[in-house]
Amino acid sequence: MLNPKQFAAFALMAVAATGSPAAAQLRVVATTPDLASLAREIGGSTVSATALAKPTEDPHFVDAKPSHIVTLNRADALIEGGAELELGWLPPLLENSRNAKISAGAPGRIVASQGIRMMEIPAAFDRSKGDVHAMGNPHFLIDPLNAKIIARQIASRFSQIDPKSAASYRANLARFNARLDLKVAEWQKQLAPYRGARIVTYHKDFVYFAPRFGLSIVESLEPKPGISPSPAHLASVIRKMKATNAHVILVQPFQNRRTAETVARQTGAAVLNVSQQPGARPNTGTYFDMMDNLVNTLAGALRTQ
Amino acid sequence: MKGRLIVGALFLAAPCLGLAQTPSERARRDSVARADSIAKADSIALVRELEKELGGVAADTGTAAQAPRGSGGYMNIGFTALTDAGWSTEPDVGSLQLGDHDPHVRGFTIPNAELTLDGAVDPYFKGFTSIVFKLDENGETGVELEEIYVLTSSLPHNLQLKAGQYFAEFGRQNPQHPHSWAFVDQPLVLNRMFGPDGLRGQGMRMSWLLPTSFYAEAQVGIMNSRGGTTWSFRSDESAEIHGGVPVEREVEGFGDMLIVPRIATSFDVSETQTVLVGASASFGPNNSGPSASTRVYGVDAYWKWKSATAQAGFPFLSMQGEALFRSYDAAERTSAEDPTHILPEETLKDRGAYAQLLWGIKPRIVAGIRGDWARGDDASVQTPLRADRFRLSPNFTWYPTEFSKFRVQYNYDDRTGIGTDHSLWFQFEFLLGAHAAHKF
Ligand SMILES: [Zn+2]
Repeated sequence: MLNPKQFAAFALMAVAATGSPAAAQLRVVATTPDLASLAREIGGSTVSATALAKPTEDPHFVDAKPSHIVTLNRADALIEGGAELELGWLPPLLENSRNAKISAGAPGRIVASQGIRMMEIPAAFDRSKGDVHAMGNPHFLIDPLNAKIIARQIASRFSQIDPKSAASYRANLARFNARLDLKVAEWQKQLAPYRGARIVTYHKDFVYFAPRFGLSIVESLEPKPGISPSPAHLASVIRKMKATNAHVILVQPFQNRRTAETVARQTGAAVLNVSQQPGARPNTGTYFDMMDNLVNTLAGALRTQ
Repeated sequence: MKGRLIVGALFLAAPCLGLAQTPSERARRDSVARADSIAKADSIALVRELEKELGGVAADTGTAAQAPRGSGGYMNIGFTALTDAGWSTEPDVGSLQLGDHDPHVRGFTIPNAELTLDGAVDPYFKGFTSIVFKLDENGETGVELEEIYVLTSSLPHNLQLKAGQYFAEFGRQNPQHPHSWAFVDQPLVLNRMFGPDGLRGQGMRMSWLLPTSFYAEAQVGIMNSRGGTTWSFRSDESAEIHGGVPVEREVEGFGDMLIVPRIATSFDVSETQTVLVGASASFGPNNSGPSASTRVYGVDAYWKWKSATAQAGFPFLSMQGEALFRSYDAAERTSAEDPTHILPEETLKDRGAYAQLLWGIKPRIVAGIRGDWARGDDASVQTPLRADRFRLSPNFTWYPTEFSKFRVQYNYDDRTGIGTDHSLWFQFEFLLGAHAAHKF
């Protein structure tokens, strides 16, 4: 039996456990780690941000795990890529999450593709052209200027749902933009000597990156988005790489490196392990680290060609 | 002020969602216009712009204007068609394959062509409909309103209500539509407990997501206990279970409804492994007598491993199993076969289980094996539907994309008192329209 003093102590402990200061943070859920990283840049210590997809995971094919339902149920805000990136797995999670704060149209529902100049919007919906996204290519965050647009949208929404911290979000955004401007200049400079260099990717996932840094994508190993590489297509990729003098193949952790190596053997190209997701490569916890890693890896490979 | 702006934006946005323009054209024009204006500004101007925005009205009304999916207007339309072809040592394939969506003749069958419509009804409800077309052995087309329900979007206290006609949330496989099955046919034990078409009917279901740090969901459904899809209960076909003449039985009170409770929980045991376990039951009257009832209990478990660097979801390994037990009160009544014969009052007990293992070897290639077992305790009338049976089904599926699949499956089938059968089935499926999201 507890005496009154013990009871009071116990009750205090219970209150302390449930009412910890961490609970006052804005709980932000992002579908992918890159969006979560932007949320941290803008939110600072005022928000806690988690990502549903693992950094090494194919963002088109995340399992709709029940634990994600719980995460979404408690979220104050959800940041999704949009443009059908998460179409295969997010809808059933949202249906079950029962959280009005993140329902479509709510201020807590942030769709990153909004305000982005989408590339590769198909003229007609035709799946004989592969799993093309009707609203355009969803891998836009790899262009840092798009990151800027999204960061601004995030700051605006965070301020809307948590007005008391608006000043902090504004300051964080200003700091983020300033840092990004410096970084973009640095990345541009690093890649400037290789302007016009031709690269090959596995999926159509660097189409926003290449023009930003003056690179040109010759081909993808996938003949059409989401379609596995066929020998005939790979043969044409090899011919094209030889003809255009392309010496670099970019492969993300969830893509088949062995296929890329086969092509590389025929062309003398380098297969680069890169990722668009912070955390997928060692020491790349933030969006800046991830971009640094990508640019360094690419510049290093182009230099030795 | 803010509220009025949002309402105004919604009002303006409404025609955009209409039929005049496809949402993608709309989205493209919007995003190009926005991106142009934003790209012109440098970052300092952006911050200023934001400050202005934050100082005034912060509502970013863009979201309201965007359709949730690009490929549809107000609703998503999907269409899947399954074709089976194959051969069995048993000429009467229908006696082997008891499911409505199983192959039922030697040769070709189109057991399921399903049109699905879904979308938000309004801010409070989501709607779902599936209309099934099927061809029977004689080539006659049948149409069935398989599911039609609304689901609440934002009830308080983590509650969710579903109402309409729907597959009862009993176990793992019963609520699944045939195109998401991992095998050509339904598990034997589900056929025995819930008939050819699964446990399905008109009613409503309340679900509660528990406020726990891990996933736990409690559900209870209340449904009509009568109809072709409430096998084991007041279904006219249930006479095959007890062998007696069914009695007319009306709904007089709450106890004459079918009650389907379920509880499920799930844990991520590691970064790459997830477990989901559940327990379900269904209680309701049956029509063997004026006050006889049936109780079905089930447990289900699912485990999945998926590589941390999975490409298109591969490689993976998954295990799924369900065990069911039925206790069916058969009242004293006249035999359906011989009207002069009176069957005694007794409780029929049936049990069964299946377990299946799937191995996603490399992108779009899956090997599977399933073991099925079912038995019924002795009773005064012994029907093949309650006889001991064991089936082993290895299969292999190739998905050229997410929108089509080829499957080949062999069934070794051992029916006590009848003998052993061998069957070989090929299945082809295609999907048109909305990208079907995968539930876990
Ligand atoms: Zn993609």
